[in-house]
Amino acid sequence: MSKLIMVGVDGSEPGVRAAELAAEEASASGAKLSIVYVIEWSPYSFNTPEENEQRHKRREEEIDAANTKILEPLVENLSGSGIEVEGLVFHGHPAKTLNSVAKEKQASRIFIGRTGGSGISQLLFGSVASNLVQTAKVPVTVVP
Amino acid sequence: MKTHILKKFFAILGIAITLSLSALPVHSQSDERTLSTAQEWVKGIEVPGLGYRSWVTGIQPPVEEVEEVKGIDAYVDKIMTPINAVIYNAVFFSVPFFGSDLKLVVAWLVVGAVFCTIYFGLINFRGFVQALRLVRGDYSNPNDQGEVSHFQALATALSGTVGVGNIGAVPVLIILGGPGAVFWMIIAGLLGMSSKFCECTLGVKYRNENPDGSVSGGPMYTLKKGLAELGKPRLGRILAIFFSITVVLGCLGAGNMFQANQAYVQFVNITGGADSFLAGKGWLFGLVFAVVVAIVIIGGIKSIAKVTEKVVPMMAILYLIGALIVLAVNFDRIPAAFGSIFANAFTPGGVTGGFIGVLILGFQRAAFSNEAGIGSAAIAHSAVRTKEPVTEGLVSLLEPFIDTVVICTITALVILTTVYGDPSVAHLTGVGLTSEAMMRTVSWFPTPLSIAVVLFAFSTMISWSYYGLKGWTYCFGESKAADISFKMIFCLFVIIGCSIPLTSVLDFSDAMIFAMAIPNILGIYFLAPIVKKEMNSYFARVKSGEIVNYRKLNASKN
Repeated sequence: MSKLIMVGVDGSEPGVRAAELAAEEASASGAKLSIVYVIEWSPYSFNTPEENEQRHKRREEEIDAANTKILEPLVENLSGSGIEVEGLVFHGHPAKTLNSVAKEKQASRIFIGRTGGSGISQLLFGSVASNLVQTAKVPVTVVP
Repeated sequence: MKTHILKKFFAILGIAITLSLSALPVHSQSDERTLSTAQEWVKGIEVPGLGYRSWVTGIQPPVEEVEEVKGIDAYVDKIMTPINAVIYNAVFFSVPFFGSDLKLVVAWLVVGAVFCTIYFGLINFRGFVQALRLVRGDYSNPNDQGEVSHFQALATALSGTVGVGNIGAVPVLIILGGPGAVFWMIIAGLLGMSSKFCECTLGVKYRNENPDGSVSGGPMYTLKKGLAELGKPRLGRILAIFFSITVVLGCLGAGNMFQANQAYVQFVNITGGADSFLAGKGWLFGLVFAVVVAIVIIGGIKSIAKVTEKVVPMMAILYLIGALIVLAVNFDRIPAAFGSIFANAFTPGGVTGGFIGVLILGFQRAAFSNEAGIGSAAIAHSAVRTKEPVTEGLVSLLEPFIDTVVICTITALVILTTVYGDPSVAHLTGVGLTSEAMMRTVSWFPTPLSIAVVLFAFSTMISWSYYGLKGWTYCFGESKAADISFKMIFCLFVIIGCSIPLTSVLDFSDAMIFAMAIPNILGIYFLAPIVKKEMNSYFARVKSGEIVNYRKLNASKN
C-alpha cells in the first residue's frame, strides 16, 4: 500500500502554502496527496424549522462551493507536479474531522496552514492547527 | 423476554406507589401552613375560563386596553361572537362527568394517547433508551454529516412546545386542582409520548420530497397520502384540508397574537411595570417585535436566528438551573411535596369533582402543554431527512417527557416547596406566582425569568409560523407568493396581538388548535397498523445489527 499525506485547507493563504509544501513532500516520497476541506458544522446546534427543511439543499450547495471554489483549483494546480491528488469535503468539527479522516485513510503525516486569527476568539476557541497538534496521532506540520 | 421485565417493573412500581401512599400522611406539608384544601388557599382567585390562553396565564391575560382602537375591537367582536358561539362551544364541548366538566376534546386526546400506548406495546417506555441513543448520534452515519441531526430535530420541535405554559400554567393547575393534579399531569405526559411517536412517524413517512431537495410534511400530507393508500382518498383530502385550515387559524392566534402579547406584558414588567416607557404602547412593542420576526422568517437574516437559537435553549437550561437551586435550598420539603402529589392524586380535599376532577385537570394541562395528538410537532419532524420514519417518531417521544414530565413537574415542585398554601400570595397566579416562588430563594430571579418568558414566546412564534406556513402552502400551493403573503400576514398579527385585545379572535384560535386533534387522531387510528409494521421491522433490524450502531462500531475498532 502506498503512502498517503494529508493536508487540511480552509481557503486561506497559509492553507494553500501548506498544500504546496505537502505536495513537494508527497512527490519526494512518492506518496499520494489528499486535500481535505472541512465545513464547520455541529449536530448539536439549534435551528429554526425552516432551516431544517432547507438543510439538505444547503449541504449540497456547501459541498459544491467547496469543491469548485477551493479544492478543484488546488487539485488541478498540484497534480501538475506528477503526483496523485484528490480533494475531499466533509462536514463537522474541523480538528476532530481531520483527525478521523487521517485515521481512516491511514495518512502518515498531516499538513495544515496556520490561520492568522488573533484576539479574543483565538484565545477562547484556539485554532484548528493548535487543536490538531494537541490531538493528532501522526506528525503534524503547521505552515505559517 | 422484554415484556417480562416490563411486567415486573410495573408490578414493582405499583407496589412502591401503594406502599408510599399508605405510609404518607395525607397532609404531609410542613410547619405552620394549614394546607387543608387547595380550594381554601385560593379563595378569591378568579377561576379561569375555558381554553388554552386562560390556562397559560391563569386569568384572562392582562391585555393592554388602547382607547382609540376600541371601535375596531368592538367591530371585530361583533362579527366573531356568533361564529365563536358555534365553533368554540363545539370544540370545547363539555359533558358532566362524575360531577366535573369533561371537555370532549381532552377526552379525545387522552383516549388517543392510551390507544397508542397499548397498541404500540408501551413504546413510551420501550423506545426511551433507543430514543436517547438516536439523539446522541449513535446511529448517525458519518457520511450524513451536515444533514439535520436527530438532536436538532428534537430541539426545534421542543422550542415550539416549551414556552410560557411551562412556567405560567402549572401554578394555575395547582391552584385549581391541588398537588394531586400534578400526578395526573405526569401520567398524561407519559401517555402523550406514544401518540407523539405515532404522529411523527407518520409525518415523516408520508411527507413530500420537493424537487429542490427540501421537504414538506405533517398531518395534512399524512391524511391525504395515507388514507389514499387505504382506498379512502376523498376522506383523506377532506380531513387534510380541515387540518390545514385549523393549523393556519390556530397559528395566528395562540401561536402568534397570544405569544406576542405575553412577551409584551413580560417586557413591560422587566422595564419597570406601570412606569415603563412601553406601558400603554403595545403597538410600538408589536411593531419592533414584528420587525424582528420578519427579519428572521422573511429576511432569512441568519444572525438573529443564530442568536435566538443559542439564547433560547440557554434560557430553558437557566430556568431549570434556577428552579433546581430553589429546590436544593428547600430540599427538606421535597419529600413532603411528592407526598402531597401522590396522596392528593387519589383523595384530593375540596377540589370540585373530587378524584375525577383532579384527574381531568391534570390531563388537560398535559394536553395543552406538550401538544401530543395535536399534530404540530409532526410538521417540524417531517423536515428531517432520514431513511427510517420510526427514528423520528422515537426521538419525538422525548418531547412530552421533557416538556411535561420534567419541566412542568419541576415548576410544580418549586411552587409546592415554597409558596404553596401561603395566604399572602393568594392574589398571585400564572407566571407571577412562579416568579414569587423563585424570588423567595434568590431575590433577583424574577428578571431573568421574565426575559426567559419573552424569549420562549419568541421561539414558540418562530416554530408556529412554520406550522402555519405549511398549512397555508398546503391550501394554496408552494410558491414564493404564497410563502411571502403568509409571512406578511403573520407579522401583521404580531402587531395586532400586542396592541388590540381581540379576545374573541384568541378564543376562536384556541378552539382551532384543539380542532387540529380531530383529523390528526383520526389519522392515527386509520394508519396505526402501518406504523406498527414499521416499528417492528425497525426494532428487528436494530437487534440483528442490520441497522448499524456507529458508536459501537467505532468503539470496537479502537
